[in-house]
Amino acid sequence: MTSNVRLIARLDIKGPNLIKGIHLEGLRIIGDPNIFARKYYDAGVDEIIYMDTVASLYGRNNLSDIVKKTVKDVYVPITVGGGIRSIDDVKYLLRCGAEKVAINTAATKNPGLIKEVSRKFGSQCMVLSIEAKRKENSWEVYTENGRQKTGLDVMDWVRIGEDNEAGEILLTSVDNEGTKKGFDYELIKKVSESVSIPVIASGGMGEYDHLNEVVKESCADAVAMADILHYERSTIQEIREYCIKSNINVRDYE
Amino acid sequence: MLEIMNKISVIDYGLCNLYNVSNALNHLKAKVEIIENPRDVSNATHLILPGVGAFKNGMRGLKIRNLIEPIKEHIDKNKPFLGICLGMQMMLSKSYEFDEIEGLNIIDGDVVKIPQINDKGQTHKIPHIGWNRIIYKDDRITHGQNKKSSMYFVHSYKAECNNPKNILAHTLYNNIEISAIINSKNAYGCQFHPEKSGKYGLRLLNEFIKL
Repeated sequence: MTSNVRLIARLDIKGPNLIKGIHLEGLRIIGDPNIFARKYYDAGVDEIIYMDTVASLYGRNNLSDIVKKTVKDVYVPITVGGGIRSIDDVKYLLRCGAEKVAINTAATKNPGLIKEVSRKFGSQCMVLSIEAKRKENSWEVYTENGRQKTGLDVMDWVRIGEDNEAGEILLTSVDNEGTKKGFDYELIKKVSESVSIPVIASGGMGEYDHLNEVVKESCADAVAMADILHYERSTIQEIREYCIKSNINVRDYE
Repeated sequence: MLEIMNKISVIDYGLCNLYNVSNALNHLKAKVEIIENPRDVSNATHLILPGVGAFKNGMRGLKIRNLIEPIKEHIDKNKPFLGICLGMQMMLSKSYEFDEIEGLNIIDGDVVKIPQINDKGQTHKIPHIGWNRIIYKDDRITHGQNKKSSMYFVHSYKAECNNPKNILAHTLYNNIEISAIINSKNAYGCQFHPEKSGKYGLRLLNEFIKL
């Protein structure tokens, strides 16, 4: 372990609501995202990810109002993803208070966009979002919340992403997402070892042991958590205490 | 009695992350103005130079707006100045990002790439992204910080000051020392993002406002 592992709350959004699904589908409404974001900030979350789950339906990201409201009282980095297609989309979301953008579909269609965003706004703000689905001995890149195949191999794609100067990778296992059965450890380990940029593990966090394994065995640099927090099965404080007890480096917070 | 808050002038030189800085300052009840011309820089009492991205673009942005001289004059007059992230790195003499490029030369030193490997032979991810505990020296701006105050970093390059007196705080990333706050008189620079570092970051900004 080289640095403090980041504990990230991932909030999937549909319209004005925080929602949660399984395998990124079958969505259930949970509540007002701003209230949840504020709660996680007060509890010491390291970052927040907002993902617009219906952006592709509308052809654009619709989270600007939520982001503008959130940054009024949340002072940790906010990443916004879903439906971001152009430099202008990125510029607008950064102006609303996002710190980083997560791009999936538009990058698979035009990998040059990754470099364009990186060169224009700095690689620190360009998060390559990958939805990975297991095939026999490999993983394929999906888009549209795990519905659309791209034919791209995940291991090839992460290298293309890194070559195009992505600042970090948000790696979501479509198979494990929402299952509470743990992360796709093999996927995360393979990706983390093959790139020199940070990897955020997403999809499957159900209990504390999962966190231990994904950090210690799979070398995740950050962990995105959703329903374990949204359904209050645990809190950021409890997760942080668990990390400290388990010798996982996390930031001090009091 | 009414407390008169200082007005904080945030320099806009084309790299657009001003929103979060001015939002945090507003939250602290400071009066904030976004400025981009030399006259406004000359009139400012408190200057903040934010910034992300490449050193070369940052210096070019300042140069084409004729902001380099008024910024230096501001600092020579001992008026409060805060550089954040790239704004901090530009306070140094030069950078080796892509080519060798001259900085504002307010503090003697260089900006260099974070080494990919530490003295024990261990590697780590670059950019360095995340929260790190800071080791502080006593100063007005670090007032109210403690051993547990961590700040949010995101950078691939680091500032190396030639005179250790200019280093007010540092952190360790995989055992590599990184200058966290640099300082010369009333000019401060922080590598981390105080506007994104929760209550400790806000506290530091608040101390700057009060200078």
